[in-house]
Amino acid sequence: MESIGVLMTCPPNFPYLVEELEKRFTLYKLQNAPDKTHFINSHKNSIRAVVGNAGFGADAELIEQLPKLEIVSSFSVGLDKVDLPKCKEKRIRVTNTPDVLTNDVADLAIGLMLAVLRRLCESDRYVRSGKWKKGDYKLTTKFTGKSVGIIGLGRIGMAIATRAEAFSCPISYYARTEKPDVKYRYYPSVIELAANCQILVVACALTEETHHIVNREVMNALGPKGVLINIGRGPHVDEPELVSALLEGRLGGAGLDVFEDEPNVPEPLFGLENVVLLPHVGSGTVETRKAMADLVVGNLEAHFLKKPLLTPVV
Amino acid sequence: MDTIGVLMTCPMYSYLEQELDARFNLFKLWQHSSKVDFLKTNQHKIKAIVGNTKIGADAELIDALPELEIVATFSVGLDKIDLRKCKEKGIRVTNTPDVLTDDVADLAIGLILGVLRNICACDGYVRSGKWKDADFELTTKFSGKSVGILGLGRIGAAIAKRAEAFGCSISYHSRSQKPNSNYKYFSNVIDLAKNCQILVVACALTEETQHIINQEVIDALGPKGVLINIGRGAHVDERELVSALLEGRLGGAGLDVYENEPEAPEQLLGLGNVVLLPHVGSDTIETSNAMADLVIANLEAHFDNKPLLTPVI
Repeated sequence: MESIGVLMTCPPNFPYLVEELEKRFTLYKLQNAPDKTHFINSHKNSIRAVVGNAGFGADAELIEQLPKLEIVSSFSVGLDKVDLPKCKEKRIRVTNTPDVLTNDVADLAIGLMLAVLRRLCESDRYVRSGKWKKGDYKLTTKFTGKSVGIIGLGRIGMAIATRAEAFSCPISYYARTEKPDVKYRYYPSVIELAANCQILVVACALTEETHHIVNREVMNALGPKGVLINIGRGPHVDEPELVSALLEGRLGGAGLDVFEDEPNVPEPLFGLENVVLLPHVGSGTVETRKAMADLVVGNLEAHFLKKPLLTPVV
Repeated sequence: MDTIGVLMTCPMYSYLEQELDARFNLFKLWQHSSKVDFLKTNQHKIKAIVGNTKIGADAELIDALPELEIVATFSVGLDKIDLRKCKEKGIRVTNTPDVLTDDVADLAIGLILGVLRNICACDGYVRSGKWKDADFELTTKFSGKSVGILGLGRIGAAIAKRAEAFGCSISYHSRSQKPNSNYKYFSNVIDLAKNCQILVVACALTEETQHIINQEVIDALGPKGVLINIGRGAHVDERELVSALLEGRLGGAGLDVYENEPEAPEQLLGLGNVVLLPHVGSDTIETSNAMADLVIANLEAHFDNKPLLTPVI
């Protein structure tokens, strides 16, 4: 398969994935090219696959530039950076990495909740800076038993719910449609969900409909004691509104793994002790990234061997 | 009851202080420069002590108070109370079990996630602007790892229940095997440490459990193992812990307690594979209020000649 060209549109900074692709294919690293347009032009007739990630995918423009493109294999479960209608139109297959990263992302969501409510990072800094010698840290607020509202009850949303239940948290959710076999309380709108929970978690896919699904109204409904947790995508949340809500005390706190313009994070948040800010590490463990890479490679191999794809989306 | 003298050993919670002041004749030990003189002058008035994890009721204090009837600690741990002396003198002792179980268990899970997923370092990484230059390094998964719990009491069981929701296999060591438990029992701490990836200290501090986590146990836990301590600092041989972490013989540690609070070992302050918390296990507003209410209720019950709510002795 070495003559099959694969274009990696994301930064080639995970050695295992790069090595495994290079073993099997001719790998073109777009991020390393000084002139990206020229690079694509030079290799467009060899490129039959694209590998992208949460930050860099395959938009309409790129797809149009690759006449031999057969498959887009995303190193992520989110597909917001892949132009799915265009792929459908051109009969280009699309795969992602569901399931293997579910637990890690759910773990991080709980980690963010605990870190915000119990001020774990602030407390750790308090010890390291020597302040503890001068006085005890202040009281924080309990996690167990608080109501958790989940936007999107897919694999990740369910995994978060299962964990939160072990902390005796009552669970409610919003989804496009109510899930029949689910015991959690359903709210038909995000505002009602926000008004009826203490911790609101964004766990749905990013689509045109869910852009800024957490807006000013939702944050006001969540309220001065409410906490927003975002492990979805930055654009799920109206970020300038989030910043003012936090600065004005209209929102109690936030735990964020994603931002509208990564890796840029609104600086006014840096001074806040009621937020936890993570650099998009939801699936960033050794174990899970390897499993994701295996899935990307597995899907590509299956495609070029004319076998059924492992995790097809389109 | 406001003629009954209650001695509070150190500042612990303003709400508790206020409530005690409203009901009893409250003496605050820390406000007197000469404790000896203070005790001599007031010893006959004091019928109750309210202590905590920092200052409880040792033999010396108990002996200085001939009218002492009850020690109510603002904690579940009893290691700062001379229980033998209390028994000997017929002094009642109460603590604050159950109301703080969830908070401490939550914190244990928070420490596990904090260490394995490097949450605090990641937050610092973003705030310092480093994310603009490079992604954070990969960390390690929590879900599915094996968790070993030392002490399967209320707190240990609550930690186990939470960890199970993360797909973790649970094993434990305690003085005796629990008949109704599905978890795997190990008859000694070393075997427990050998057979788990995350070891959590959740037992009471007694003479037997001093330095129960020693070099052997730490080596058995190993270079990929993580130690979580939400018990007492004295459970762990802190010097051994520090060298194990510095030498890479132990993978990481999440600590809420230390041998010499409020000092945490200097050599740990710069490490990226530890999370260091300032003994905040039960320090939420909700739980502190519940603990304070329990202390007050126990004292009131005692002086009303009613059954104590949470007696130890």
